[in-house]
Amino acid sequence: MGWQELSYLTLPRLVLIMGMLALPLVMPGMYWPRVITIVCIYALLALSFDFLAHFVGLVSLGGAFFIGVGGYLSAIFNTSFGIPPLISIPMATVAGAIICTVLLLPCLPLRGVYFAIVTLMYPLALARVIEATDILGGTDGIMGIDSFPNAWIEQYFVIILVLLFLFGIRRLVNTDVGLVIRAVKDNDQAVRASGMNVNFYKAGAVFIASAMGCMGGACLVHIYMWGGISLFALDFSILPIAATVIGGSGTLVGPVLGCLILVPISELLRDFGTLRIVFYALLLVGFVVFRSEGLMAYGERKYHQVERWVKV
Amino acid sequence: MSDQPILEVKELTKAFGGILALNGVNFHLNEGEILGIIGPNGSGKTTIVNCITGFIRATSGKIFFRGKDITGKAAHKIADMGVTRTFQIMRPYYSLPAYKNLVIPLFSPRAKRTGGWRGGGKLGDRNTVGIDILEEIGFERDSRVPYKMASTLPTGYLKRLELARCLALKPDIILCDEVFSGLSASEIASMVPLIERLQMDGVTLIMIEHRLRELFRVADRIMVLNFGEKVTEGTSDEVMANEKVKEAYFGSEDIEEIMTYA
Amino acid sequence: MDILIYGTINSIMLALMALGFALVYGTSRIPNFAHGAIYVLCGFVTWAFVRGLNLNYFIGIALALALTGLLGALMYRFVLIRVRGMNISEIIASYAIGLAILEGLRWGGFRGSTYTLPVFVEGSIIIGDIPVDYQRILVVVIGVLLVAFLWLFTHYTRIGLALRGMAQDERAALMLGIDSDTMALVAMAMGSMLAGLAAILILPLGNIVVEKGYDVLIQAIAVCIVGGLGSWMGAVLAAFLIGFAQILTTVYLGSHFQMVVALLAIIITLILKPSGLFGQQKELEERV
Repeated sequence: MGWQELSYLTLPRLVLIMGMLALPLVMPGMYWPRVITIVCIYALLALSFDFLAHFVGLVSLGGAFFIGVGGYLSAIFNTSFGIPPLISIPMATVAGAIICTVLLLPCLPLRGVYFAIVTLMYPLALARVIEATDILGGTDGIMGIDSFPNAWIEQYFVIILVLLFLFGIRRLVNTDVGLVIRAVKDNDQAVRASGMNVNFYKAGAVFIASAMGCMGGACLVHIYMWGGISLFALDFSILPIAATVIGGSGTLVGPVLGCLILVPISELLRDFGTLRIVFYALLLVGFVVFRSEGLMAYGERKYHQVERWVKV
Repeated sequence: MSDQPILEVKELTKAFGGILALNGVNFHLNEGEILGIIGPNGSGKTTIVNCITGFIRATSGKIFFRGKDITGKAAHKIADMGVTRTFQIMRPYYSLPAYKNLVIPLFSPRAKRTGGWRGGGKLGDRNTVGIDILEEIGFERDSRVPYKMASTLPTGYLKRLELARCLALKPDIILCDEVFSGLSASEIASMVPLIERLQMDGVTLIMIEHRLRELFRVADRIMVLNFGEKVTEGTSDEVMANEKVKEAYFGSEDIEEIMTYA
Repeated sequence: MDILIYGTINSIMLALMALGFALVYGTSRIPNFAHGAIYVLCGFVTWAFVRGLNLNYFIGIALALALTGLLGALMYRFVLIRVRGMNISEIIASYAIGLAILEGLRWGGFRGSTYTLPVFVEGSIIIGDIPVDYQRILVVVIGVLLVAFLWLFTHYTRIGLALRGMAQDERAALMLGIDSDTMALVAMAMGSMLAGLAAILILPLGNIVVEKGYDVLIQAIAVCIVGGLGSWMGAVLAAFLIGFAQILTTVYLGSHFQMVVALLAIIITLILKPSGLFGQQKELEERV
């Protein structure tokens, strides 16, 4: 392969990786690096949403559920057991994924709408319970959580996580196991007729998706050094969906891109209160209704039409 | 081979709301035979397959596989025991190449245990095993056919693909739901040797068919259903001489074929 | 005794909340996740007419209901119709609209507890030893009448029968000349009005708060799932089950757990009998 072909294929990926790794270096001041970190947390959620929605056929309306579970778990591990962040985060990820998957098991044999309903409700209900029973810090939340050893680790930890999961999931869906998962979405009767337990594969996919979300939540509490009911906030549920639809569902890179666009806008709109949620929601409706393929798919198409603008 | 039938169906009844699709059907299947099930449209043939393989829960009645009660078990567990089926409305994985269609069932626990069709107890590389199975059922190995998208394959190949997916599990029984339908006479003629080979390799088959002439060439016994009830069973000659069978088909589009047996 | 009375009142209120959602889902299979938002919106619109513009109460109500019905119809006509049949997109679209409405209301300044609707009739009577306000009795009476009316409507009028036909089997209804999109539009409009009606009856008992939007949505969904989609009897029975369960937990555990009861009811139903109490969809997955 000539160097031209090689670079054509690898350039987009390189740009993405280099770009993301370079971000903390180029962002000025204290404020913007923090935003990049938040972008990555949302990106984890968006990846988890896209993976579940596009490849498994399950719509998760409650990213906040994963963030909340992962966040609270890591907070507890850290404050009650003194476990340092770099260990409590992986622990919270695994434990959180197990808890979330178990709680979601009842809807797996059923149609997708039930999964949507249940994921919608869990964060709302859990937030109410914590508020009402005042456990886990109640409305004040858990304070005094350790932060990352230093700011560079904080930023690069999450960036690398996002990149790992992004490329990891992309590889997964193209392996043969990934084929089985996708077959479950398109043709589950045939999979069943081949002697395979469809719910087992769905549970596996849910486990992976919740692990991503829980990891995001676990990182978040260490970034803010605080964990409370706001972990169950609606932002975590709606923004990943908006990011996925706008960025391009199914591409896995699209959701990350969508977050890169939406989260900074969200920060800018923070002064306008909950208007930012209205903004995402309407944008989301617009993209869904007009069946836009998303920016990423559009971009990929244009990129592959490169013969049009380069003489071959 | 034991004397016990490999499959026994007792008083199988299925009601869909007010409609009785199956009403007290009794039959058995002997190991190594090919049982044909025929009957006019709507007589309950596919419902029997669905009930036996666990895709639909029977209203009442019992189904025994090698003496074990499998009534009401989950579909994937029944397939895991070796009772497999094809689908009347075909369900290949259209967006995948033909051989990848086989890689998926090769992930099943049963395939892992048995090694797939010729595995002899050990599962090799799934892609290779997939191509091997395809070759056995008639996809020419050196052609591009095994690598073509399932959506581009003609019906004859797709029907074979459905069978191949069952073979990936090294099945004891295959319930074939109209594998001959939609095929031309010559295509069916080339499927018949495949069916016979499967029988010789030890697979027991139930075949639901409308194409009676071709079915009678392969089937050892025939059972006739009408309105969810068994009309009669026996060899093809016995069954075709039966007046009630002709009555059952009266008014259906298969009547001409039936009348040739008058 | 008071548990009996408050339980009944709560149950009827739940049934009222669920009616609109059940109608829309039963007819067009669209889960209207904006149901709760429409409920709250109607409340605020009525408030705006009555307190803000000082219109006569009942005129304000009538106008608000009409607008709500119109909103439902518009939602279908311009958004949902384009994603009809694509399950994932339907869910996302109706969820997003609901969210936009609710959070928009919150941003627009509708916060806090200062927004109330007046009750229809002041005062209360004593039943047993318990004082019960007239408004609550009114809710029960109108609730029962409404359910009866809807039952009659769907069994004896042309439009009602068409809706039922679509609910049972869309393809068959299409073959009989019933236009699926028109019926879905009617269902959305009626469903929204039912949500608004529930709001008008129930909101005077408290204040109008955006949070209620989410609560109503969850409770409506809980009633529909527990009762089984497509069954009037089931929905009513479910409303009573959940309604009484909520009152009991309020008495013994405190009033914060009402939502948890609804959530638990859903989970338990999904585990034990996914099609609900009287669900008519026996196979919740594809037919083979």
